[in-house]
Amino acid sequence: MVSVKIPGKNKQHKVLIYALSTCAWCKLTKQFLKDNDIEYEYVDVDLCSLKEREKIRKDIESRGGEAIYPTIIIDEKILITGFRKDKIREALKI
Amino acid sequence: MISLEKVRQRAEADARTNGCYLNPDQGFLNDLFDGLKQNEERYGYPSCPCRLATGRFELDRDITCPCDYRDPDVAEYGCCYCALYVRKDVFEGKTSIQPIPERRPKEKQDRAHGLAVESSLEKASATAAVMAKKTPEIKMKMWYCKQCGYVCFREEPPYICPICKAKKEMFARLEISLKKPT
Repeated sequence: MVSVKIPGKNKQHKVLIYALSTCAWCKLTKQFLKDNDIEYEYVDVDLCSLKEREKIRKDIESRGGEAIYPTIIIDEKILITGFRKDKIREALKI
Repeated sequence: MISLEKVRQRAEADARTNGCYLNPDQGFLNDLFDGLKQNEERYGYPSCPCRLATGRFELDRDITCPCDYRDPDVAEYGCCYCALYVRKDVFEGKTSIQPIPERRPKEKQDRAHGLAVESSLEKASATAAVMAKKTPEIKMKMWYCKQCGYVCFREEPPYICPICKAKKEMFARLEISLKKPT
């Protein structure tokens, strides 16, 4: 699984995005975090093997989410489905 | 290889035919066109850029753009799942665009998430399990356009008639009963 780390000055939270390389909402999410200088990691699920996709689905579902993209996981516990700016802001306190 | 211009033209033509509009945010729209182009080059068909595809057309047919969920989503939420197609009021900026819930049944989504990884035996049983699980019955009906006679088979009548552009209200249920010959 290839996860890409995007550096940012704000390293207070561990932010992981499960995204699709082709998805415009995912792109907005990545850009939003970048604009706010938040350090994050992302995985483009469509570029993963089927085995990895299965793992990702289980990971998302074990946290009570749905395997739809983008899914943002903050500090291993908060899960946000979709590009919901207000929820991301609230979780990151920005 | 398909050009971005071709992707755009196809979407514009489809929006015109079906009475919806393209997302007015040009930057966002271009990203979607780019995603559609990538998917078409990758899989051979333009599957939805915002959904995970299997790469097998028979499993991705319902999410090949324009997807099966577009019309009900545009009617109910103002835009389709990826927000490529929008309703008139959204196009005019009177209603804002928000991410919408996924209408596609979960069993279908799961196929792109590794159900196919399992051995063929397991796969067969997994498929059987999916098939056995009764998916909520979609109530498809026949509708006809009272203006031009166009007939379609779907849950709700189309937004506008793709042939004569009559409004949704011009559609009526078509019921066929088979009588025994006397």
